[in-house]
Amino acid sequence: MAEPRADTLRFQDPATARRMADALARAVGEIGRAPVSVMHVCGSHEQAIAKYGLRAVFPRGLNVIMGPGCPVCVTDLPEVDEAVALAGQGVRIFTYGDMLRVPGTVKSLADAQAEGAKIDVVYSVGHAVQLARKSADECVFFASGFETTAVATAAVILASPPANFSVLSAHKYIPPVMEIVAEMPETRVEGFLAAGHAATITGWGIFERFVERHSLPVVVAGFEPLDILAGLLTLVELVRDGRAEVFNAYPRCVTREGNRRAQEVLWKVFKPTGGRWRGIAHVPNGNLRLRDEFASVDARRRFTIDLTKLWDYAPPSLAQSCVCGDIMAGIASPTDCPLFGRECVPDNPVGACMVSTEGTCRIWHQYGGHLNLGEENR
Amino acid sequence: MCLGVPGKIVSVEGTLATVDFWGVKREVRLDIVDEPVAPGDYIMNHVGFAIRRIPPDQIDETLALYDELLKAMSEDDLMAADVRGEINATEEKKRG
Amino acid sequence: MNAPQGLVNGKIALKHGAGGRAMRELIRDVILKGAAPASFDGVGPDAMDDGAALKVGDQWLVITTDSYVINPPFFPGGDIGRLAISGTVNDLAMMGATEPLALTCALIVEEGFARGDLERVRDSIHSACREARTAIATGDTKVMGNGELDGIVLNTAGVAFTRRVVTDRALKPGDRIVVTGTIGDHGLAVMAHRHELGFENQLRSDVAPLNGLVAAALGAAPEGVVAMKDPTRGGLASALHEMAEKSGVGVVLEEAKIPVRDEVRAASELLGIDPLHAANEGKAVIGVRPEALDAVLAALRAHPLGLSAEVIGTCVAERPGFVILDTGFGRRLVTEPEGELLPRIC
Repeated sequence: MAEPRADTLRFQDPATARRMADALARAVGEIGRAPVSVMHVCGSHEQAIAKYGLRAVFPRGLNVIMGPGCPVCVTDLPEVDEAVALAGQGVRIFTYGDMLRVPGTVKSLADAQAEGAKIDVVYSVGHAVQLARKSADECVFFASGFETTAVATAAVILASPPANFSVLSAHKYIPPVMEIVAEMPETRVEGFLAAGHAATITGWGIFERFVERHSLPVVVAGFEPLDILAGLLTLVELVRDGRAEVFNAYPRCVTREGNRRAQEVLWKVFKPTGGRWRGIAHVPNGNLRLRDEFASVDARRRFTIDLTKLWDYAPPSLAQSCVCGDIMAGIASPTDCPLFGRECVPDNPVGACMVSTEGTCRIWHQYGGHLNLGEENR
Repeated sequence: MCLGVPGKIVSVEGTLATVDFWGVKREVRLDIVDEPVAPGDYIMNHVGFAIRRIPPDQIDETLALYDELLKAMSEDDLMAADVRGEINATEEKKRG
Repeated sequence: MNAPQGLVNGKIALKHGAGGRAMRELIRDVILKGAAPASFDGVGPDAMDDGAALKVGDQWLVITTDSYVINPPFFPGGDIGRLAISGTVNDLAMMGATEPLALTCALIVEEGFARGDLERVRDSIHSACREARTAIATGDTKVMGNGELDGIVLNTAGVAFTRRVVTDRALKPGDRIVVTGTIGDHGLAVMAHRHELGFENQLRSDVAPLNGLVAAALGAAPEGVVAMKDPTRGGLASALHEMAEKSGVGVVLEEAKIPVRDEVRAASELLGIDPLHAANEGKAVIGVRPEALDAVLAALRAHPLGLSAEVIGTCVAERPGFVILDTGFGRRLVTEPEGELLPRIC
């Protein structure tokens, strides 16, 4: 058995990637119309596509849309406001680095930190618990991320955290938003590339009913360059052949049933509830909240979070004119939005697409759209 | 959305493992991994938690799957490849 | 294109000191406004280079100053003292002045700072000076009240003569880009230490004075080294953006050629950080005319601090101001980091 490092590198072999890209171009060509639009619903897919420069090798006729796959971007303003308000009430806040600069209605956690609030960035919820044990303060973990990340939060809650530790959950659950996007009347999405690590937890079986309901193919894909290209190739083939099926292109991590133990832990602690996703829509069952049995570690029930003080200074909401939802559904471009580049800029984003460094609006704002990078001399 | 990095288990102590990420070692929690793990096993890490024991044969299976994909594409594509080869060769000449 | 990154609510933000575009815009739009015209011939503040160069007779007097704040002040591979000496020596060296006449060192300490820690900082200041073959000529000491600053702040300035000034703006299409060693070591080491990420002792800062190494490169090809910059805050990404923008060229990098230690690569994958964004305190980016490349590379690799020097890219006429990375799979634009690097989970 070869060392997996070498295998990881084999998933990164440029020569195979070129053959995959050729095959992808051919499969798109066989469909005979352009563009063929598919959507990934995973920020890590976008990060990997960007990191490896894969957009430069996608065929022109293939439109790979970035869906609502960044949990931090879709965290709604009032959820950030709750964390900011708690910090203002003297509670110590732990957060993942992704969330620190995301603006709420009035300010971000980074702004609160600059004003003296106790806010620490952690890499793991496990580290947050360790820090809470050493602290005399009330400590709240501002929990962001999809089900993959929520499982870790749930595990920590079940492992007897210290009495001064509680959780403010902004966790999101991805399957319901795929329904929303698929049901948008003007949606042009012809297939979904599903997130490999969320599916590691939930299993690919969860997509079977989705495929039936919407007659759209779903391919579960991993995150190495070959994983992504192979996932797209399979997806485009399914679109070409008119086959609405689930295909698992990430078998080394994803099974049909998924990680049963993790599911047990997840659903023991969390229940799905409806809520707004920033710039998209109200998503039924899209938010993960703590069950009643865990009220003692639920920051929303442990503290009276006073948002009104914060909102006294709030500017009128611009969010109504944001077209993020349409951009993520593939039916609008950033330049169709009246806020783009004016009220909505990277420093002061309104919608989800401007929050993330890989968000469509952010990328357009920074670079004036996706550039064709194939032309320069070496 | 979920940054996952594979690593190899060096040692296990209760629900904690030391994992080698081919460069740095770090502790990873085993509370939610799908199967029991032992030193030498490969896992997928997310935010300091193992979320999957990666069966070694599945790595080969993935590679086999990708070979299949390419083979399926190239079998009925030999003609096209020849044509493409000629085009490339012509372009090379032009550039050269 | 790039809208100006205005001050948020009229206030300075941390990113305005992070070495990226926001900081350059703050300097250009706020700090340099209304300055008296330069009283000297040479490279002044409007060049926003690593230091200034003043014509004195047939030589150039290069002068530079820098303040150092780092949390924590002691980190694997170095401390604030070594950083303050290396940083200023390196800024002089990046202008082509590799023999610092003397340095100044001003010290601001917080009430309650441990005397033993101060002695450790002093010792590493002196040992870094010896390494760089220079010395402190004068200094200043202040103490501020508890909570009025974070531990310790150092400011150093340096002066040196040189016959030829090297700027960061003279790249031309065809020039090659060289780095003197592995990328990201300092940034990842400090970040791992600061956030207690559980692998801090496996990563070490590269902080070191580079004047000896740079002297070797300049000696090998005096006219062939055309631009230099030390990729500190903002990392290789910001340094190259600045050089490309000022020179009016595009830069195409080959990712496979960029040297990165295994431990830095592994840590940056775990944390979701681009090593190109992470700070370096013992590396230089050097623009070299193609005909001088072999000589410069050989000279760098013969020096203990340049063993893993590598040619990582080429300047092109297209897309001036842009930095493009060829990943082997495709191409992407290199972005500049905004603010402090943070571990991410997505």
